[in-house]
Amino acid sequence: MIRDITLGQYYPGDSAVHRLDARTKIIATLLYIIELFVVNNFWGFLIAAAALFAVIAVSRVPLKFIFRGLTAVFLIIAFTFVLNLFMVEGRVLWHWKFLTITYEGVHRAFFMAVRLVLLIIGSSVMTLTTKPVELTDGLEKLLKPFSKIGLPSHEIALMMTIALRFIPTLMEETDKIIKAQQARGADFESGNLLQRAKSLIPILVPLFVSSFRIAQDLALAMEARCYRGGGGRTRMNEIKFRRGDAVAAVLMVLFLAVIIASRFITL
Amino acid sequence: MSIEVRDLNYIYNAGMPGETVALRDVSFDVCDGETLGIIGHTGSGKSTLLQHLNGLIKPASGEIIVNGQCITDGKTKMTEVRRKVGLVFQYPEYQLFEETVAKDVAFGPKNLGMEEEEIEEKVRNAVGLVGLDYEEIKDMSPFELSGGMKRRVAIAGVIAMGPEILILDEPTAGLDPSAHRDILAMGRRIHDEMGIILIFVSHNMADIAMLSDKVIVMSEGTIALSGTPKEVFSQRERLEVMGLALPPAREITELIKSKAPAFKSDAITIDEAAEDIKTYLEEARG
Repeated sequence: MIRDITLGQYYPGDSAVHRLDARTKIIATLLYIIELFVVNNFWGFLIAAAALFAVIAVSRVPLKFIFRGLTAVFLIIAFTFVLNLFMVEGRVLWHWKFLTITYEGVHRAFFMAVRLVLLIIGSSVMTLTTKPVELTDGLEKLLKPFSKIGLPSHEIALMMTIALRFIPTLMEETDKIIKAQQARGADFESGNLLQRAKSLIPILVPLFVSSFRIAQDLALAMEARCYRGGGGRTRMNEIKFRRGDAVAAVLMVLFLAVIIASRFITL
Repeated sequence: MSIEVRDLNYIYNAGMPGETVALRDVSFDVCDGETLGIIGHTGSGKSTLLQHLNGLIKPASGEIIVNGQCITDGKTKMTEVRRKVGLVFQYPEYQLFEETVAKDVAFGPKNLGMEEEEIEEKVRNAVGLVGLDYEEIKDMSPFELSGGMKRRVAIAGVIAMGPEILILDEPTAGLDPSAHRDILAMGRRIHDEMGIILIFVSHNMADIAMLSDKVIVMSEGTIALSGTPKEVFSQRERLEVMGLALPPAREITELIKSKAPAFKSDAITIDEAAEDIKTYLEEARG
C-alpha cells in the first residue's frame, strides 16, 4: 500500500525531458501549476492536458507509473469532487431531502477534479524525470539569490535531499517492524477504529526510536567527514543550462501565451 | 514436534521487471528437540525462508507442515501458527515499544488472548529463561537497558508466547564477545529446558558448530549443502566456493593435518580439537 506512493520517485531514463536542467523543470512545473489556475474553461484544460501528455510521451515514462501516483491521492480528489457537487448554489438539477445538485455544482466539481488531476500529474512528471539529488541541487541554485536576505538555501536543499533519501529507508524500517510485531501476534486488520489506531502504537514507537537513531548516525557520519555547511563547497557535477533548456524556455513562453488566449475562447 | 518443509518456492516481484527467485525447491525437516543451524550469504534466501516458517510470507508453491498440520493450505489461523512458531528477527531490540519490560514481554501473550494470570507467569518464566532478573527489571523502561539486555528482553517477548519451535535470525549480530557468549548459552538453555526445536541463522561458524545438530547451507535460494555440522564442515572446497569459511577450530586441525599426516581429527569445536591434539601428542610421545 505505502509502496504505491510515487511522490519523489525517480524513473530512470535518458529522454530529452530527463536531460533537461533541473532548474528548467522546476520553473516549468511551477509555471504549469500557476497556468492551471489561470485557465477558466475546459478548452484551456484540454490544451494543458495535451501539452502535459506530449511531455510524458517525450519522457517515455510509462503511463502506468504516472497514474499510480494518482491512486494515492484519489481520496482527496473524490472528496473535493463530492464537496463541490453538493455545496455550490445555482440552478437545481436534482433534489432529494437535504441534498441538492446544481448545474453550477456539476460544472465546478468536474472543473476542480480536472485541475487537481493535472496538478498532480504535472508535478509527478517532474519528480519522475529528475533525480532527487539534481532536484535539490537545482532548488538550491534557484534559491541562492534569496540567501542575500538571509534564506538558508543550502540548508533547505540539504534537508530536502535527506528527507527524500530516507523515504525508502524508513519504509523498509516500517516493513521490518510490522513483520516483527506480526510475529508477536499483533493484528492490524481487525477491530474498530479506536482499536486499529491503538494497534499502530507498537509500530510507531519503534519507528520513532529508529528514526532518531538513524538521524544521529547520519549526523555523526557527516561530522566525521568534516561537513561544515554550504560555505565554500564545490560540486562534483555542476549543473549547466544547455540548448534543450533554451528550447524548453521558448516552449514555456509560447504555452503561457496559448493558455492566456484560451481564457477568451467562447464556444 | 516436527517441522517439515517440502519443495518451497518463492519469487519476489512475480510478473514484474525486477522478478527474482528467492527460494527454489527448498526441502528439509527438523525433528523433536533438534537444533538446526542455517548458514548462507546475505541474499541467499535465509530470511525469506524464515519468514515462510511462521506464515509472514506465503509460498508460491510447496508446503510447510508443523506437527503434522499443514500451515500453507490457507485454512490454518495465523495466530495459531505464530503461537507455535516463534520468530525473532535480526536486531529484535528495535521492536521494543512498551513503557516497562514486563508490559513489552506480555505483548505477544496478550495478542494470543491468554488470561492475566497465565500471562504474568509466562512473562516471569520467559524473562528468567533469557537470564534476566524479573523482579529487578520488570518495571524498568526497556530503553534504559544495555544492548545485550534489550535483545534478551525482545527474545523473551517471543518465548513468552510459548512456541514449540523457536527461530532466531542472527541472534548474536553486533554484540560484544561477552554478550555474544551469553546469548549462545541462553540459546542452549532455552532449547534444553523447554525441549523445543531451535532454528537459528548465523554467520559465525563456531556458533553453528557448537549449537546445531543439523546444518543447512543456503546459496542463491537453494539448499547447497546439508547434514550434521561435521559432514558440512568436511566439505571445505564447496564452502569456499560459496565464500564461507570453516570454524576456527577446524581451520587449526586442517592446518596441523597438512603438516602432520598422522594427525586424525574431525573436530569442529575448540574443545574437540584440544582433545584430539592432546591424544595425538600423547601417542607421538609413545
